[in-house]
Amino acid sequence: MAILQCENLCFAYDGSTVLEGVNFSLKAGSYLCIVGENGSGKSTLMKGLLGLKAPDGGHITFGEGLKSTEIGYLPQQTQLQRDFPASVWEVVLSGCLNSLGRRLFYSAEDKKRAAYNMERMGIEELRDRSYQELSGGQQQRVLLARALCATKKMLLLDEPVTGLDPIATGEMYNLIKLVNLCDNITVIMVSHDIHAAARYATHILHLGQKQLFFGTAAEYRESDLARRFLGGNRL
Amino acid sequence: MSEFWHMFSFHFMQRALLVGGLISLCAALLGVSLVLKRYSMIGDGLSHVGFGALAIASALHVAPLAVAVPVVVVTAVLLLRLSQNGKIKGDAMIAIISSSALAIGVICVSVTTGMNTEVSSYMFGSVLSLSRSDAILSAILSTVVLLLFVLFYPRLFAVTFDENFSKATGTRTELYNTLLAVLTAITVVLGMRMMGALLISSLIIFPALSAMRVCRSFKRVVICAACFSLTCFVVGTIASYFLETPTGASIVAANLLCFCICCVIGKK
Repeated sequence: MAILQCENLCFAYDGSTVLEGVNFSLKAGSYLCIVGENGSGKSTLMKGLLGLKAPDGGHITFGEGLKSTEIGYLPQQTQLQRDFPASVWEVVLSGCLNSLGRRLFYSAEDKKRAAYNMERMGIEELRDRSYQELSGGQQQRVLLARALCATKKMLLLDEPVTGLDPIATGEMYNLIKLVNLCDNITVIMVSHDIHAAARYATHILHLGQKQLFFGTAAEYRESDLARRFLGGNRL
Repeated sequence: MSEFWHMFSFHFMQRALLVGGLISLCAALLGVSLVLKRYSMIGDGLSHVGFGALAIASALHVAPLAVAVPVVVVTAVLLLRLSQNGKIKGDAMIAIISSSALAIGVICVSVTTGMNTEVSSYMFGSVLSLSRSDAILSAILSTVVLLLFVLFYPRLFAVTFDENFSKATGTRTELYNTLLAVLTAITVVLGMRMMGALLISSLIIFPALSAMRVCRSFKRVVICAACFSLTCFVVGTIASYFLETPTGASIVAANLLCFCICCVIGKK
């Protein structure tokens, strides 16, 4: 049973189609990288998966009891957040928002989950530090911990290594892979970093206003498309 | 010293301190979210709309708050909707609406009563302008604002910090944005009587900015802003009683002083 299935998906803004013909299905525990140039429809597909934008055609089906509100989302950072006064604890705990239901405040269980995810991301000693004072890599780990609080099954990461130095980038990729392997959490990542995508991911989806390629990372490495996209260099 | 205690024996002072204190608290709490969401000017825009509504209400001889509260609430919701979806962006929209409302208010005033003390009190505020019924309504509404803010605190934090994330995890962000706008609208109208249309927005912006200079977590910023706002309000009101300065302006001056002190402390 697939955890995610997209059938003939199509998205449009103001009547003009930006992405069409998306057909793929993903098993639980996969690691999918969505690649493509700017304007290829990556972010649109992401919004569709999160339920922030309704598809103009086709269907998105989640399996294994997953709801679109139970996806752990790691958005791109906004300028607003960089000077936002919030402690690391407050940010991570806000990931439990979708388990609030009708309750008004976070339960002891929510707090336990937040503490556990901070420990997994190695940020427990930053608990009372201010989010805005952290380095880029630390901030991303905080946001990843928050995303993990929101999900047990699927993570959606929007260019999670943008602006990070090479060491922090490597650490981030390792953490994501670790979560993917140890907790069997399905990972979907939008990325410009095609080399890392081909190395860490199990599957690649290449978009260019339509679906250009979907398959395993190994197949992608052998494809003409990958060679052209990389400007002749083989991976 | 006896004169100091004598001050509290006046009914209008008791009323002003109670109602003003509650409104200052509301303004400070909402202000933290508004400043962080880059909606600082919304308070200013709404107060001008409030002035327009009060001017029309006084021309028609109807209860001012009963007209102004709904008008400003509707404007706040519209402002939010239009600035998100419309072709004219947020700040320009606020400028258009606020200056139009002010213009209509001024025309209305000049045609009917002229610039009398009542109108001037809408502009610059006055503790004396609070009637008994105004005071009761203000106290009830500001208690509701405070209660809603506390009850929805976790959600308001999440929506303020990261709207996309909250939306993706199934939070109805429009609902909370609307809630924020409605609460702000109510606070602005209530605060206007005392602070004046021209000065009320400072009650929203100053405490949050001061608190952000010295605190680094959201909860502390909220608590600090509330304390600053209350302190500045009391200091400003008492100062205005003894120095015979306008209340609204004195409270703003106290807030400015507080902000300067926080800047110096925050630099270290």
